[in-house]
Amino acid sequence: MFSVIQFPGSNDDRDTRFAMKSVLGVPSELAWHKSADLPADTRAVLLPGGFSYGDYLRCGAMARFSPVMAAVRRFAEAGGPVLGICNGFQILCESGLLPGALLRNRDLHFVCEHVALRVERSAPPFTSRARVGEILHIPVKHGEGSYFADDATLARLEERGQVLLRYCENPNGSRNDIAGVANEAGNVFGMMPHPEHAVEPVVGGTDGARILGSLVDFVQGRGKAA
Amino acid sequence: MKAVVTVTLKPDVLDPQGQAIQHAARFLGYDAVRDVRQGKRFELTLEPAADREEAAALLSELAEKLLANPVIEDFRVESIES
Repeated sequence: MFSVIQFPGSNDDRDTRFAMKSVLGVPSELAWHKSADLPADTRAVLLPGGFSYGDYLRCGAMARFSPVMAAVRRFAEAGGPVLGICNGFQILCESGLLPGALLRNRDLHFVCEHVALRVERSAPPFTSRARVGEILHIPVKHGEGSYFADDATLARLEERGQVLLRYCENPNGSRNDIAGVANEAGNVFGMMPHPEHAVEPVVGGTDGARILGSLVDFVQGRGKAA
Repeated sequence: MKAVVTVTLKPDVLDPQGQAIQHAARFLGYDAVRDVRQGKRFELTLEPAADREEAAALLSELAEKLLANPVIEDFRVESIES
């Protein structure tokens, strides 16, 4: 079961479920942020985009304290795959489940466009359906997507291959052009671009299905080859 | 008991908002403004604490956990008044 967490202010939860169901053919369940537990049989957790708690204080800062996040943390620490998209990425950083933080975009503009992403690593659970060096086209839409980590952390991330996706043209000032980064164990991944918005040709491409599909493969026991 | 905590971006973190404000200040003719760093100010009202040290410890803990993100921000407990 794929569990999509819904915070007050999440707005891509339904798009995410649509992509999983209608395009990838897997059912998902919504988990309200006040739940103390994840739905039974949760095999993967998706934190969708949006503006949880109105982005009060800092993006993702309040969502971090939602009861469900304790369950997400337990799930992640047990090795379960967790994907955070946009605001979900911000929440994972604020929670300390991913290193770094997301800052205001360098030029202060809200960016809303398709971006080209270079795949840096082809591995389950998130990028097994893509090849290293391949370019994926997936949209971004955010005001606070400039990835920041200090020099020592960045060096460590690069050395350990935790950067899975990099912008070909940096839209927001992210350090090292980082668009998506995983934790050290590799089971928690956050990305600013929205794979759930790029799953059908009619809306400009299907590259997002490569990311979400990798997760499906992982959960269903396929895509083991790195 | 009243207290003020300020939160600012760490010196090595780019502050594009501060830069935009600095540019606007120059545009208005305030050429003396060389740099602006934007931050946040929290005015808190606390239950009466036994002493200022206890209040200061509570505020530091709160700032570290919630008011500031230690990855990108520094905080300062500016004042505590009973």
